[in-house]
Amino acid sequence: MATPPIRVSGLTMAYGDFVIQKDLSFTVERGDIFIIMGGSGCGKSTLLRHLIGLQQPARGKVFYGETSFWEASAREQAAILRKVGVLYQSGGLWSSMTLAENVALVLQEYTDLSPAEIREMASLKLALVGLAGFEGYYPSQISGGMQKRAGLARAMALDPEILFFDEPSAGLDPVSAKLLDDLILHLRDSLGSTVVIVTHELASIFAIGNNSVFLDPDTKTMIAQGNPKELLSCSRDAKVRNFLTRGAEGR
Amino acid sequence: MEPSSFNIEQRPDGAELRLSGSWSIHRARPSFDPIATALAPESGVRRIGFDATGLGDWDSALLMFLVRIVNLCRSRDIEVDFAGLPENVRGMLDLAYAVGERRGARREHTGNSQLAHLGEAVLGIWQDAHAMTAFTGETLLSLAGLAKGSARFRRSDLWEFIRNCGPDALPIVTLISLLVGMILAFVGAHQLAMFGAQIYIADAVGVGMAREMGAMMTGIIMAGRTGAAFAAQLGTMQVNQEIDAFKTLGFSAMDFLVLPRMIALVLMLPLLCVYADFMGMIGGALVAISLFDISLLEYANETRSMLDLADFAVGLVKAGVFGVLVAMAGCLRGMQCGRSSSAVGFAATSAVVTGIVLIIVSDALMTVLTTALDI
Repeated sequence: MATPPIRVSGLTMAYGDFVIQKDLSFTVERGDIFIIMGGSGCGKSTLLRHLIGLQQPARGKVFYGETSFWEASAREQAAILRKVGVLYQSGGLWSSMTLAENVALVLQEYTDLSPAEIREMASLKLALVGLAGFEGYYPSQISGGMQKRAGLARAMALDPEILFFDEPSAGLDPVSAKLLDDLILHLRDSLGSTVVIVTHELASIFAIGNNSVFLDPDTKTMIAQGNPKELLSCSRDAKVRNFLTRGAEGR
Repeated sequence: MEPSSFNIEQRPDGAELRLSGSWSIHRARPSFDPIATALAPESGVRRIGFDATGLGDWDSALLMFLVRIVNLCRSRDIEVDFAGLPENVRGMLDLAYAVGERRGARREHTGNSQLAHLGEAVLGIWQDAHAMTAFTGETLLSLAGLAKGSARFRRSDLWEFIRNCGPDALPIVTLISLLVGMILAFVGAHQLAMFGAQIYIADAVGVGMAREMGAMMTGIIMAGRTGAAFAAQLGTMQVNQEIDAFKTLGFSAMDFLVLPRMIALVLMLPLLCVYADFMGMIGGALVAISLFDISLLEYANETRSMLDLADFAVGLVKAGVFGVLVAMAGCLRGMQCGRSSSAVGFAATSAVVTGIVLIIVSDALMTVLTTALDI
């Protein structure tokens, strides 16, 4: 397991001429819970979109293992994305399908499980996120927190090696957010998944993150990386300290 | 990689299940039947344990297998001892059973039975009639507010809708009405030529367009074009909670969203109708001149002597009525829209269907009325 699952080198993200972040280089190791943090509007979610193949970098490379994602063929890209699960900010559930159908669709497409097995598997995934018995519900019939968990169940459908979370705890009450954090930890420990999380929730960052990058909107690049707890105790950068202490220091 | 397999062994203290190989959803998995047999009620097994020393890689396939066993054992009152399983497998199983099913939550998905669908549709007629009546009432109240000057909406919205319902629709209206005029001419010419009365093509096309087809075709075009757009816009706003935001911020959704759309369509549809009338006559003239040897002057004179303003007025009134109906159908369906993407599609479809049905039905009524009143 010498090659890290994700390596980003010299990445520049831009919309046309408007540069959002430049010269990003970092490595996500296997089993990491990797946090992409920074203030609102610094390009966290855009970075995530670059990582999961939704947006092409202006410059630089994203490596999955040995493969450079944006130089790979469409077939290789699809194979990489098959090993990746994404939980979108607002769930991204398909609203015209029930929760079970949401989970089942990828299973139907990419595995040879029988219809009965797919039903069981969908129920299992929903049970894992605490939604046992909600198979027949449509996304519009359940709460926002439940939609998030259902989105996670769908992201986990194919037992991905890497899970991406876009603002997982946004819009959740503190207890639900804590439960989701625990769930993420649990999944990492049990399945050995690598987890990449975009968030600015300090509680989550310190509770589960063991590696991170900090994006700064002013200098348009990353100004810190490493374990968030160590950043809190050691970083000398005023912006990083200010962020990690909720503005109590560094102003 | 060694394929997944298991064997089950009966021991004095219960059954033991030995798991081996690597379990994956992408590879073949062993059949569950031997377990069902081994744990059958007559086997007398009271307890099952596991031995996972030979277990390789695993994913959800193993979990699904274990969940089946647990569910089976629970239903047969057999004790399950997880001690022999690797810790991370135990962790996942704990997670799966950590939150029990919420009582009463389970709902069976009704599926797509055609009969059920039909039944729901029939039961929906009453609700639909109710909703339409209520919406008509609200619209009237809004219009009353407009007359009193208390209705609030953005003037810029109104101009936007007017542009959208009027000038933007000209190309399609041109094309359709030109062709409809030509079709009318062909149909009439065939009959009239038998009496050598081709010149009356002008009458047939003129009256047909002015009294009926001009208004009806523009109405139907606008139902498909604008009515559907209204429903989709309002439906998407419903999905994004934009309409809720209007309500809680004290704006009347009827005034703010429905009125400008309705005013724009009611103003523009008669204008489009007049335009369509003339386009239709031009289409008729094209056919008459090129195929039936009638000069443009003859055609124009015949048309002018046959038509009077009352014919156009009938068409105009109809177009105005269609404008109200199409706008109402579009806005009603949009406001009724559910909170999902498929609901938006349904709202748009339903707006077109409702619009066209209302157009044809009201047209039939008005035609009977004008004939009875000899207008």
